Amino acid sequence: MWQYEKKLQYPVNIKNPNPKLAQFIITQLGGPDGELSAALRYINQRYVMPYSEVKGILTDIGTEELAHVEIISTIIYQLTRNLSIDQIKESGFDTYFVDHTTGIYPIAASGTPFTAAYFQCKGDVITDLHEDMAAEQKARTTYDNILRMADDPDVRDPIRFLRQREVVHYQRFGEALRITQDNLNSKNFYACNPAFDANCGRRK
Amino acid sequence: MNERQILFDKIQKYSFAIKELNLYLDTHPDCRRALALFNKYNTLLKDAESEYTSRFGPITPVQTNDTQHWSWIDEPWPWERR
Repeated sequence: MWQYEKKLQYPVNIKNPNPKLAQFIITQLGGPDGELSAALRYINQRYVMPYSEVKGILTDIGTEELAHVEIISTIIYQLTRNLSIDQIKESGFDTYFVDHTTGIYPIAASGTPFTAAYFQCKGDVITDLHEDMAAEQKARTTYDNILRMADDPDVRDPIRFLRQREVVHYQRFGEALRITQDNLNSKNFYACNPAFDANCGRRK
Repeated sequence: MNERQILFDKIQKYSFAIKELNLYLDTHPDCRRALALFNKYNTLLKDAESEYTSRFGPITPVQTNDTQHWSWIDEPWPWERR
């Protein structure tokens, strides 16, 4: 089960509202490579994983992603505080505002609502770990693009932290893949699926 | 049920009592009776958890104190428990 801790994993203190920034940063909440899809991807994939290291890393990274959902939501919240109607109309935030006011709703930068179609749970250890590594790199690219467009240091600081976590997660998933392959036939990793086929790979 | 299961069962029951009181207190923050019950089950939970984790392993990562092997990933995981 999960317990809530009344603290952010990394502090967010944004002095100046900026709804234009919020409109594209929100993609890391409800977009295709966002934190919500990351959390659900790992937390769903872990059940059929045959190795304890992989169960552990998916559980723990999935849990950290939930904390990242909170950081991104906090950034969006602080960027959209105390807005005047003129600011809302001029910034282009009006298309979000009309449906959600300043509530936090998971959408992509394009406005598309969050969908589980953003992630896969294939039930195959090698397949799922490749998806996870790709997902971390896609999220890292998205943070790089956000850093290209955001100049407020109060925003850049937590975004840089989140970007760095993508790199660390990619590294850990790479190790999980190596551990998985060490348990399989080195001449053909794809001969069987250790999450489904009996007698495939050494179970620890 | 073995000793481990009995202790774990207690932890689940105390945790649920605490969750229920937590929700009630969120909307009744000045209810002294609920506060006293929360404190009572919180003490019971802490004692049961400290006994469980010292004998059978961690329930959260910070309950480990390992020097040789990271016991957090040891099986069974909750979805594997019967």
